[in-house]
Amino acid sequence: MALDQSFVGRSYPPTAPYEVGREKIREFAEAVGDANPVYTDPEAAKELGHPDVIAPPTFVFTITFKAAGQVIEDPQLGLDYSRVVHGDQKFAYTRPVRAGDRLSVTSTIESIKSLAGNDVLEIRGEVHDESGEHVVTAWTKLVARAAEEG
Amino acid sequence: MTAKIAYDDVEVGTELPARTFPVTRATLVRYAGASGDFNPIHWNERFAKEVGLPDVIAHGMFTMAEAIRVVTDWVGDPGAVVEYGVRFTKPVVVPDDDKGAVIEVSGKVGAKLDDNTVRVDLTAVSGGQKVLGMSRALVRLA
Repeated sequence: MALDQSFVGRSYPPTAPYEVGREKIREFAEAVGDANPVYTDPEAAKELGHPDVIAPPTFVFTITFKAAGQVIEDPQLGLDYSRVVHGDQKFAYTRPVRAGDRLSVTSTIESIKSLAGNDVLEIRGEVHDESGEHVVTAWTKLVARAAEEG
Repeated sequence: MTAKIAYDDVEVGTELPARTFPVTRATLVRYAGASGDFNPIHWNERFAKEVGLPDVIAHGMFTMAEAIRVVTDWVGDPGAVVEYGVRFTKPVVVPDDDKGAVIEVSGKVGAKLDDNTVRVDLTAVSGGQKVLGMSRALVRLA
């Protein structure tokens, strides 16, 4: 069944702050095989003008996707997650995520479309730091494949 | 931000050094742990096949993380990336052998924009198929 268009624009409460740790960034950088010292060595990061080690560009998805769970699991929206695949992903950065950040995510349903029987749900996650400054916005497009005819 | 590439030194069509990234089952297990994405389609062959996939597939976000390395290795400072987006067009299928799969990524400057920013268009291929579409990054150069 198609998702209810009236949910477009709905925002969910900001998440409790996620504290970004140096060792979590290191673990992520190692998992993607990236040896850039700006992810692990605070001195190397400072040489590039960053106050502490920064996170790889896609790291923040681990935070925004967890926040998007509020939308995905909203019983009123009624998304069948077992049929969902990740369609598109985009980030727009005001600055890189860095160690010591305490980040909160506000998720909003940006759009709901129906394409060839599939529901396409776009969630925007605005990520702010503890002082309320914008860090990055993540757009996640999820495609719920149409259920087979019973 | 301290990009090591100067805006004036690049043209539309400038190619970035291409890279090849190997992916094995062990890579995916490690990425699952680091990212918190434990969907069994990324490590359980039985489950993956039950839901209609040819085999275990890589996390789309893993492929996205690898593809941007062509850009971040080129500019030096990953903080120079101001925008990055992809479409996941085909899965990266990762067989249970010593070789696994390979993701080949290339990139070139697609446009020179205001404010020392360029658009880099990325291509990611695995098993002869494009695994990312509309893969673009905006990068602020020196």
